[in-house]
Amino acid sequence: MLARLASPRTGGLLALAVVIVLLPLALSNSYFYDVAILVGLNAIVCIGLNLLIGYAGQISLGHAGFFGLGAYGSAILASRYGWPPLAAMLTTTLAVAALAFLVGRPILRLKGHYLAMATLGLGVIIFMVITTEDKVTGGPDGISVVPFRIGGFVLQGERIWYWVVGALLLVAVWLALNLIESPAGRALRALHSSEVGAEVVGINAANHKVMVFVISAVFASIAGSLAAHYSGFVTPGKVAFLHSIELVTMVVFGGMASTFGAVVGAAVLTTLPQLLAVLKDYEMMVFGAVMMGTMIFLPRGVVPSLARLIQTRRQKASNNGGEGGHEQGAGASHSCGDATGRDCHRPPTVAVLKPRQSDGGGGV
Amino acid sequence: MSLLRVEALSKKFGGLNAVEDLSFDIQPGAVHSIIGPNGAGKTTLLNLLSGVYRPSAGRIGFGEHDLTGRAPHEFAAHGIARTFQNLQVFFNMSALENVMVGRHLHERCGIVSALLRSPRQSRAERACREEAAEIMRFVGLHNYLSAAADAMPYGALKRLEIARALATAPKLMLLDEPAAGLNPTEALELDDLIVRLSGRGVTVVLVEHNMRLVMGVSDHILVLDYGRKLAEGPAATVRNDPKVIEAYLGSAIAHDGSYGNAIASAVAVAVEMHR
Repeated sequence: MLARLASPRTGGLLALAVVIVLLPLALSNSYFYDVAILVGLNAIVCIGLNLLIGYAGQISLGHAGFFGLGAYGSAILASRYGWPPLAAMLTTTLAVAALAFLVGRPILRLKGHYLAMATLGLGVIIFMVITTEDKVTGGPDGISVVPFRIGGFVLQGERIWYWVVGALLLVAVWLALNLIESPAGRALRALHSSEVGAEVVGINAANHKVMVFVISAVFASIAGSLAAHYSGFVTPGKVAFLHSIELVTMVVFGGMASTFGAVVGAAVLTTLPQLLAVLKDYEMMVFGAVMMGTMIFLPRGVVPSLARLIQTRRQKASNNGGEGGHEQGAGASHSCGDATGRDCHRPPTVAVLKPRQSDGGGGV
Repeated sequence: MSLLRVEALSKKFGGLNAVEDLSFDIQPGAVHSIIGPNGAGKTTLLNLLSGVYRPSAGRIGFGEHDLTGRAPHEFAAHGIARTFQNLQVFFNMSALENVMVGRHLHERCGIVSALLRSPRQSRAERACREEAAEIMRFVGLHNYLSAAADAMPYGALKRLEIARALATAPKLMLLDEPAAGLNPTEALELDDLIVRLSGRGVTVVLVEHNMRLVMGVSDHILVLDYGRKLAEGPAATVRNDPKVIEAYLGSAIAHDGSYGNAIASAVAVAVEMHR
């Protein structure tokens, strides 16, 4: 039982739940709540995006497009046409899933840089449509959104939204962890490493890529819908290319192929600009320096690199303790590739000497 | 009835005919070897037989099915598994997970039950883990049950590919130079593994340069040269075939057929040294 609690999966979920529950103690005003909600929403997008980029190795520079479609879909259906927000959100999500499915088929035949270009193009098209179709979308001015209501209950105010987003974040993490440890999730990681190797054991690589593309688009779309209802206003800024880049950066910063890494990446990169605001003119410079420093010293991203560091320490400690070697071999269960990344059992010496084969499969 | 039927198969790369008008049958339940000098088209043939390449012409029939032009995952679904000369191990996973991926065709991959992790899914997951561990023990990887793939030595990785292929429960297994890069002890152990694979009812097709291994385990040998069939038959016949010896050693010696066996062993030695 204790061992299970300490596993990256259950332990990680539990730790995240504790953080979400205890965080309000440190949030002294509604501005802090606002930032926390933003973190949660970004984290949900990043968890989906990480399934695509980190696990399946397929890059997308257009995910802000899906986020934006979710936001605008909800806004237009609920505010202009008076749909119940929940129905508007579900309809939008289905429509985005259908779009991702249709576009994903041809796009995901491309690899690396070409895939990056194609997804970038997709994002740009969505952005252009949203900014130019101003009769429906409000154009560059944006569109106001009615509050989210279910039955007679209205979701309003930062405190309520905090708990809603917190709960959904936990669900998103849980879903992602489940997927990764299923045959489908293994198939994704396999085709990331060797597509031909995956194909010859019977994995339909094209189908699996489309599947994860759709899932990640759905995550982004739902987060977009929520963001629209929460802030009460949508502008094309959230659909823009820069937002796509921010999302990819969060995934890479937190750690590719690590679900908790995506959460940490979203948390750090969402709050850091707020914290650095005190530096005024130097804000972006310091922000850039922090990014560079992290990628140089924690090249796998924050969470996998730190997990590796801790494991190495532990191994050293137990080796010094005498009987460590055997115990480590037997005790290390099979949780590779879930929370802490891909290589939890790897002896550190080899880690240093061998270049990674599978990193950067996404092409960026 | 033959398990695999290849008819007039050709593969062109630009102007190069890597495999040309090749026809042969593979009978179930035996070890078949494909040999030939470097560049004879052996690996190309294996890529054709596993769907990695599409043939330029010809047919590939497997059982009653025509697999010509199908995708590799469809070849796998029909029961053809393979290993690679240049390893295609999933280095981002543990060794056990590599083999579990091999169980893909036999797992329920419903996306909803995967996302929600139904109790049934959890049970299936445990069973899959057990099966994968069993297969790893079968190929002699019991020491690597909790190892990460990228921490394993080369010889073990070769076995891991065999384990992964075996996990698909294939009818036909294509082994692309399994002995390449192994030390003599490891290569010797491979004989035993191939015989045991065959004993499990898997038909084995072996592409190999190691003549000791080929002559030791093969029931049937197909010799390729310049993408064409040079000779075919039981091991003993093929090794004495003047055409084969000529392809390996050049024509001067081969004219005198009486040297037979002596030359065949010279071939083996020469090829081993060449490796």
